[in-house]
Amino acid sequence: MEFSWHWCFSKKMIEYLLCLILFSVGLYCILVKRNLIKIIIGLGIMEYAINLFFILLGYKSGGQFPILSKENFNIEHFTLNITQPMVDPIPQALILTAIVIGLAVTCLLIAIALRIYEKYGSYDIRDLNKLKG
Amino acid sequence: MLLMPFFVGVPLLGAFLNSILGKISDRISDFIGNLVPATLVVLSFLSLFTLKSLNFTPFVYKMAGWVPPFGICFVLDGLSILMLITVNIIALTATIFSIPYMEKYTDKWKYYTLFLLMLTAMNGAVITGDIFNLFVWLEIGAISSYALVAFGTEQEELEASFKYAVMSSSASLFILIGIGFLYSYTSTLNMADIGKTLLEKPNSTLVGFVSVLFLLGFGLKSALVPFHSWLPDAHPSAPAPISAMLSGVLIKSLGVYALTRVIFNIIGTTQLFLEILVILGSISMVVGVLLALYQWDYKRLLAYHSISQVGYIILGIGLGTPFGILGGLFHLVNHSVFKSLLFLTSGAVEYTTGTRDLQKMGGLSTKMPVTGNTSLIASMSIAGIPPFNGFWSKLIIVIACIQANKFWLALIAIIVSILTLASFLKIQKYAFFGDLKEGLQSIKEAPVLMCISMIILAGLCIFLGLVLLPDIKGFFLDPAVKVLENGVEYSRIVFKNIR
Repeated sequence: MEFSWHWCFSKKMIEYLLCLILFSVGLYCILVKRNLIKIIIGLGIMEYAINLFFILLGYKSGGQFPILSKENFNIEHFTLNITQPMVDPIPQALILTAIVIGLAVTCLLIAIALRIYEKYGSYDIRDLNKLKG
Repeated sequence: MLLMPFFVGVPLLGAFLNSILGKISDRISDFIGNLVPATLVVLSFLSLFTLKSLNFTPFVYKMAGWVPPFGICFVLDGLSILMLITVNIIALTATIFSIPYMEKYTDKWKYYTLFLLMLTAMNGAVITGDIFNLFVWLEIGAISSYALVAFGTEQEELEASFKYAVMSSSASLFILIGIGFLYSYTSTLNMADIGKTLLEKPNSTLVGFVSVLFLLGFGLKSALVPFHSWLPDAHPSAPAPISAMLSGVLIKSLGVYALTRVIFNIIGTTQLFLEILVILGSISMVVGVLLALYQWDYKRLLAYHSISQVGYIILGIGLGTPFGILGGLFHLVNHSVFKSLLFLTSGAVEYTTGTRDLQKMGGLSTKMPVTGNTSLIASMSIAGIPPFNGFWSKLIIVIACIQANKFWLALIAIIVSILTLASFLKIQKYAFFGDLKEGLQSIKEAPVLMCISMIILAGLCIFLGLVLLPDIKGFFLDPAVKVLENGVEYSRIVFKNIR
């Protein structure tokens, strides 16, 4: 596909671009911030950017909700009779899993950060200098 | 072959029972924690023989009867079974070692619960045939390992665990983006089906971008050099059996295995990508060993050597020739054996002397003969001295480099091996040989169970070279090499074998 700025800022792409910007904000936060809690928040922002990305993958503008019912599914002939396309449900299921995983990671990180505060008396990573990586 | 769900089910059930019953007594959690890996070792050998009767065609287990590409399936082939056997044997020795070693920590049941969850994740990641399922196992393994690294809850452990958790979680997110791109192009999550779709309508832009994302993610998980900085902190901070598990099998099953499976079998390798693997592998080898040379902390030195040895594995696999892949995979098995043994001996030394600083040790061989001798065997193994197992795999990698006309790489591999020998001579000289230091007069040999697990691994170090005999190689290493050699044929082979 030929590259063009027009295509980059078309209505479809702008959402993906915003998603990329959100991801970069999170990554910047992890790389630059020196406070443990801010690093955890940065990780959270990255996760949300990816969740948004997955939801965008499954989205169809004007799409129908993907539930089979008596109205749109003929169980005897196994045929669909729908007038408009359905939204892809799989990314939503994947994101549900990813959210749970993100929750577990965030909980664990906050627990560790609290214990670090008990030991060092600070949330600043410049004070954490026992290891030299 | 209804055995396959048990690889995930048994340790998961063990973790569940342990979290309920383990509180009553430490003996119960010891029992469950050791019974589960023992069962898994038996199960993995049973599966090996069943797979042999199928002539090493992959076996596809359809979870809940959903025929692939719908639903999640488990795929067992030569490479998976090699990893399963390695993971479960190392896990068994680590749990035997944990019985006396973990006495000094409180809440042993929590330790075993997390350990079994980590084991579940490794077994699951190795046999799964679904790419999102692979990601879920990756995260389960990673989360339980963050908690295990922080298990001591001292300053160093917490700091290492935080660093490891942040870096590894961001790596997982990169992998997840890669999965998202693959899904949006192929509309499926089944690994074989993704491979099939990519064969039918190739897209080099997508494949290039996704390869980079996966290399970033899995490369960080397997501690290749630009992404290695978490490993020398995280691995030494964990309790010794966990260090053995992390360095021995976790970085391989969740890092190297997942990388090779996704790149070789699903999206397909290109010459450029193999070159990148070779370069990353050789940089890891050199940087890891150079950083290891001046360490005085026993476990930290070993952790740097993990980086260096993973470099060998990636170099072997990255050569792309059957002989190179054979060397890489054989070194993977060997490295998990001798590196676990080295971490266990470091644990035994720490258990008896209470220190990890090499300068405070000396002459331990006279008081601790079993630890001293097993550590000597492992050191010679990792340094590549014949007839121990490390020698054979390094020899194969060097020969493979020469066959591929890459003489410089062969030279680098040999020099790194000599430097490895130098740093292990340092361990032997300062810790185990020489005169007994002041204040160490009253130490005793490590407890019997620790010695047993170290002796098992030392035995493996000595006899694993025999795996190269044609009869044994034919049903242990060759099928695994075949899987990587077949490359993107994987999808066709899997779909043919759905019964």
